[in-house]
Order: sequence, then structure tokens, then C-alpha cells
Amino acid sequence: MSAVPAKLPTVLESLLMPFLNILVALFVSGLVVWGLGEDPFFALGLLIEGAFGYEEAIGYTFYYATNFIFTGLAVSVAFHAGHFNIGGEGQAMLGGLGLTLAVFWLGDTAPLLSVFVAVAGAALFGAGWAFVPAWLQARRGSHIVITTIMFNFIASALLAYLLVGPLQRPGGQMPESSDFPDGAGLMQFHEVLAYFGVSFEQSPLNLSFLIALLAALAVWFLLSRTRFGYEMRVAGKNASAAAFAGVSVPRVTIIALMMSGALAGMMGLNELLGEQLRLIGNFTLGYGFVGIAVAFMGRNHPLGIVLAAILFGVLYQGGAELAFEMPTVTRDLIVVIQGLVILFAGAMPHLLRRPVAALYGRFAGRGAA
Amino acid sequence: MSLAPAIETKDLCKRFGNVQANDNISLVVEQGTVHGIVGENGAGKSTLLKMLFGFYQPNSGDLIVNGEKLSLDSPSEAMAAGIAMVHQHFMLVEPFTVLENIILGAEGQGLLRHAAADAKAKLKGLEQQFGFDLPLDAPVSQLSVGERQRVEILKALFRGADVLILDEPTAVLTPQECDQLFDLVRLLKSRGKTILFVTHKLQEIMAVTDTVTVIRAGKVIVRTATAETTPDALAEAMVGAKISRAVERRDGSKGMPRMKLESVCAQSDHGHEALKNVSLEIYDGEVLGVAGVAGNGQTELLEVLTGLRQVTNGTVSLSGNVTNSPNTFTGPIELRDSGLAHVAEDRLKTGVVETMTATENAILGYQRSADFCRNGLLRLKAIAAAAARYFESQDVRPRNPELPVAAFSGGNQQKLVIARELARDPQTLIVGQPTRGVDIGAVTKIHDQITELRNAGKALLVVSADLDELMTISDRIAVMCCGVLEGVVAIEDADERSIGLMMAGSSGELATP
Repeated sequence: MSAVPAKLPTVLESLLMPFLNILVALFVSGLVVWGLGEDPFFALGLLIEGAFGYEEAIGYTFYYATNFIFTGLAVSVAFHAGHFNIGGEGQAMLGGLGLTLAVFWLGDTAPLLSVFVAVAGAALFGAGWAFVPAWLQARRGSHIVITTIMFNFIASALLAYLLVGPLQRPGGQMPESSDFPDGAGLMQFHEVLAYFGVSFEQSPLNLSFLIALLAALAVWFLLSRTRFGYEMRVAGKNASAAAFAGVSVPRVTIIALMMSGALAGMMGLNELLGEQLRLIGNFTLGYGFVGIAVAFMGRNHPLGIVLAAILFGVLYQGGAELAFEMPTVTRDLIVVIQGLVILFAGAMPHLLRRPVAALYGRFAGRGAA
Repeated sequence: MSLAPAIETKDLCKRFGNVQANDNISLVVEQGTVHGIVGENGAGKSTLLKMLFGFYQPNSGDLIVNGEKLSLDSPSEAMAAGIAMVHQHFMLVEPFTVLENIILGAEGQGLLRHAAADAKAKLKGLEQQFGFDLPLDAPVSQLSVGERQRVEILKALFRGADVLILDEPTAVLTPQECDQLFDLVRLLKSRGKTILFVTHKLQEIMAVTDTVTVIRAGKVIVRTATAETTPDALAEAMVGAKISRAVERRDGSKGMPRMKLESVCAQSDHGHEALKNVSLEIYDGEVLGVAGVAGNGQTELLEVLTGLRQVTNGTVSLSGNVTNSPNTFTGPIELRDSGLAHVAEDRLKTGVVETMTATENAILGYQRSADFCRNGLLRLKAIAAAAARYFESQDVRPRNPELPVAAFSGGNQQKLVIARELARDPQTLIVGQPTRGVDIGAVTKIHDQITELRNAGKALLVVSADLDELMTISDRIAVMCCGVLEGVVAIEDADERSIGLMMAGSSGELATP
């Protein structure tokens, strides 16, 4: 046991290990598919084909990834401050509500302005929804895991009420709002490309993917380049050392969780402002929870989160295609496969660490000898 | 002796990567003796112990227990071979009773009620044999440190240990508790138990051991009967050269009172009165040592001085300005700006963030100073330069500030902390446990630095659990017991025995934290 080096080179640690874990997850998934009497390699081919095989598929893959980038970043910012934000789902719903109110408040206007107002509305409402559990945690010691979970239910119920009540489309029967005013919407990629004379199949992939990448960059900058990011990481790793350094842990907790909530809230940009152009009930579809797995798979590093988010985009889009093409593999089974990936790559990141480290130790030892 | 040695190692080697932690360690511990193992931190003591205890496996060499060659693959196999370890940090479940702690993991059967009854009968015998008098039904959290240690020892005996490894057993004890421990060690020996006594305090080796092994840089340097050696010879073997103190204490009149506590009361985290009417002055040009058994208010004293805890009564002032009273409270950042530096007593819990790099730790507490931060952005180059300077000035090794702090030894972590705190040339320095977990070479250097600062007219307060240390560096020693300042003794009038009695409270009973 002691022959295993404590630390592996970064390349092995952050690239090889997740890759091996995904392979294990795919292997187990393959066994399941094989058990159903289907060819696992054919299924894998369908999955990859479904995610990357044609332009529309690629669009959908990155469209889903956009959601996961936002929610993954949200989880990771809270995690760096030492907290588990399970409330991404509720914060995303409130973000969607904030965005909707903002664009209706603004009315018909120039698209660019409405985007800014929508981003502000989404972030503000998401942050506001995170503020209450954050405050309770920081000032009253109520456990944030419990309170954020509860706030998911409240958010869901609130949205359901509003969408069959005050915000429902006049005369409508569905739990959804009126369409957004003209000009309130994010351009979709195929439109952008068409503007430059490139033709690309229609897909819901829209400019919020770029906003998500910017958010990842901003989170990276926050964590590694700013004093607040530094203080936040100190507080997250060692509250006692933070107090020693004059950092107010409650204050950092509240601010970090509000940032987290704002990021989760911005998920609505993709779904609502990029595709639906109205507020619909339960548009979050569990993406807030998947963000937890994305953050862990991405080792809570913004770049890792973007990559993990794309992987989950592949699983969502390719999985849907697979379920469509191979009827024995049902949608539920796709969820099983996603679960396996989360299990192996997110929850058990050290599963293969020991053998890999031992192998590395042997080679490194041989190199030194 | 006709009996085979209790423990014998032959050419035991252990490598970690490129580090040869143990290099051909051979030692012989006869049955029924007390064998001392001394060495600096990082000399390889812990590695050796962990191999004896089955926690590590040697790369080569033999381990022979009672004449039988064994390979111990886990602590439970070591336990089965009759070897038990009393760790420096006790492995007790505080809310559990003494009895529950002792039978934990050795219940022997599914129903706790029967296990407890059986254990009680067995413990009665052990208690009589070894003279223990422990409250079996009291929760461990109510016991003093000395009593907890006896619980650990009783736990080992309960499991049938014949060889007891005591790892730095006196680190947390008062002088009186140490004496009790030594008595117990002698009693255990007279009842045929074998004891490995690991320490870096040479007086203890002289007081209690029969034979001693000195380890330096992973090798056995000296193996001798204790009666045939001297503390000086052992010290030299430990560090490789005669230790000389480079800095002499200069006589000089002490200056103005720099920090002042007047009738300070403060509560602990648990809400009980941790400081009771403490009044104290720290003068420029002196080292005020604070002695006491851990948990008697020293932690809270450090906290009220350094802006980490508000007082409930009285005032703390620095350079004539009130920094802490029930109405005013100055936080650590402002205090640092007023020339106060703080070396935290619990390095890993408070003084550093283990998982962050040494560079990141180099600005902990100073992250808002203009040197390291502008407009909310970190000045990474300036920070890296500062870290490099700190590594250079204190000779921190390995010389790689990008490693996480956890990768450094205790001594090197402390060097980094000291470099950080001295970087702004503070007038006042509040130090908790300056040399806890620091190897002896570094200890001398740290003591020298403290003396240098004192000679330069700085005001220092040093809290330490090591009375010898305080006797070495202090001008005056303040003694705390149960949150009360029992008295302040000038170093000329101080002797270990009277201070030990004060540490135990004026009533003369042993203080419990």
C-alpha cells in the first residue's frame, strides 16, 4: 500500500483518470445492453453517432452542455467556499422567472439590451433564491443541504402556481407564460452562421453557450486571480484559518452562495431565452442536480466542468438517439447509463487511482534506477 | 537473558519514492525493559514505529518478535502479536465512556451488555495488577489528558499487549503527570511488559529507559545502555553536532508596556468562562512565557490578543489603544496593520491551509495588504516573490513553494509561518506553541529568533506546553490554570517544580481541561 505515490502528475490525474473511469462506466453499461440481447458496440456507435454524427446532433449536444456548464459552475463555486449547493434546480427556476419578468418589464426593444436585462434578471433572482438558505447557514447554522433542497420544492410550487395563475398565457390551458416580447431572445447558432453565409442545420444551440463559456472563464478568474476568490477558498478549506486571516466566513458564505445561485439562475437563458421564448413549468428538468455530477467530474475546475458538461451533453443527446434507434434500450436505460457515468466518474473518482499510481510508480521507479 | 528479545529488527529498510526513510535499522529490545528511541522529527522514528505496528511493511530486513520472524501486514496483526501503540494524539471517542472506549473493536460478541460485563471483570484484574484507578463509566470527555493517556494504556493491556509503544507520551502532560506516567512505566516493566518509549526529550530518556537507540536520517547512530550515556552525548548523536545557541540573551532594561490586559474575561466556544479576570502586561524587549496545561485558557488568551475572540469584560490594549473590550473589537487584519503578528498555536488547524500551496499560504492573513493585492486582484508575481524570499530567509525545504503545505514536514511548515509573520517586522509577536512538531535543529533556530527579536526591543508573548522551552526563552513566566492567571514569575525565581504546582492550580490538585 505504501508503494503508491501520493501524487500523480497532473496529466494523469486530471485527464487519464476521468477517461479510465468513463471507460469503466461504459463497460458496465455495455454489460447491461448486452444482457438485454443487444450488441453493446453497436449501441455505443449509435450513441456517438447520435451525439456527433450530423450537424443537428452536434447542436443539441452543445445545447444540453450549456445547461450543465451553468449548473456545474454553480455547484463548484459553492463547493470552493465549502458548501454543497443542492439548490441549483430551484435557483434555475427562479432565474427563469427573473428573466421572464425582466423581459416582460422591458417590453419590445432592441435585442442586445433585452439580453443584458435578461441576464441581470436571471442572475439576480437566482442569487436572491440562494440568499435565504445562505443567510440561514451563515447566521443561524441551518444546514445548507437541507434548506436548498427544501427551496427546490418551494421554487417548483411557486412556478407552478404562477404559471396557472398570474403569469399564465391569457386564455391558455398549459402551465406556461405568454411568448416573450419581440426582440427578447438569444440568436441561435444556425442563425448566426447563416448571417456569415454558412449553412448549418437548425438546432436550439444558441448564444448562451458563449455566455456559459464566459461564465466559466469568469469563475476561473475569480478563483485563481482575485482576493475574494482566495479568501473564499481559504474559508472553504479551513474556516479556522480564514478567521485567523481576518476573513469573515459568514460573509464569504453568503456572497459565494449568491454567486452560485446566480450561475444556476442563468441556466434559464439557454432554455427560455434561447429556445422556448416563454416561461414553461419545470423547464429545469433536473439539470440542476446533474450539475452536481458535472462539478465533481470536472474536479471543480472550470475547464473540467466545461468538458464534463459536454460529456453529459453527449449522454443526453446521444442517449436520446440511442433510445429512439434501439427500442430495447429505453429512455430509462439511458438514465441508468447516465447514472453509471455519474457513479464511476463523479462519485468514485479514486476507483482506479491505486493501480494506476502503482503502475506509474513502477515506471517512474524504473526511470530513476 | 535467556528469553528471546521482545522485538528485534535486522537491517530494516523502508523507502518512499526517492527518500530512504529507514536505512538498515537494527535494534534489540529485551523482554521487560524500557527502550528509548530518540531522534529529530523526520529522522525516521515514525516510519520505524509504523513498521513495528504493522502500518507500513519494510522493503527489506527482518522483524523478529519473541524470537519469531513475522511479517506484520496490518495493525491488527501487530496487535495479535502483542504489540500495541499509544498514539501521541489519543484515539478515543470522547462522548463514549472509558469502558466503551476500551472494549471498542474488541467486544468479542454481538451484545454489548455481555461484552461490557465480561470486560469489567477482566479490567478489575488489570486495574489491581497495574494500579489503575479510572472511572470506567465516565465519558472520556470528562477526563484529564493524563487520565486519557492511562485509558489508552489500559486499552492496550486489555487487548493483551506485551509490548507497548508510547509515541511522544509526555508532549501533553504537566510535570506532575509526567512523573505519574514514569511511575506507571516502571510498574509495567516490573510486571514484565516491554516498553518502547519514543521522545525527543532527553531528560525523559535518562529518567525512565534502560537502553536507548538514537536515529538520525534513517540510520541508527547510537545503541547503548542509558546508564552509560549522557544527555549531551545523546543530543549530539541526534543532531550530528554539538548544539550551540547562537544568540545570547542580552541584559537590558525592558521597555514600555506594549500590550495590556485589564480584568479580561472571555468565554470559550462552549460558552463557559475560559478567562477569569486576567490582567497582564507585555513589555517591549521581553518574552513573556505563558505556561499551563493545555485547555486552561491559553487558547482563548491568544485569541483575545489577536482579534479572534471578543472579551466579555475588561480591555485589551495595544500601544495604548483599546483593541478589544465588550464594546470595541479590532479584527486580525487591523491588528496586523498596527504591527502585531500572530503565530497560531495549532498550525494545521489555524495557521495554514494544508491543501493549498506554500505560495498561497505565504499571504494568509496578509492577503489584503497592498503588496499582494490591488483593486481586489491578487498580485501573483509579488506573491511568488514573497514566498521565494520566505523560503530563502528561513531555509524552508524542499525549496518548492508550489507544493501543498501538507507536503512539508512540521518544522518546515513552522519556518514558513514564522517567515510570513516576521516579514513585516512586527513590534508585537504573539506566538502559540513555537516549536510543536518541529525538529530539534529547527527548535534552536526558532528560539534564537525569538531571543533576537527580544533583544531588538520587540514585545513577545509565547504560549507553550513545553515548560523547558519557556524556561529557556522567557524573561517572565505567567502560569494559567482554569482560566485564572495563577501568577507571573520572573525567570530568575522560576523553577519547574513550583511552576508545575501553579499549573495544577493553587489547590494543588491536578487541573483538568
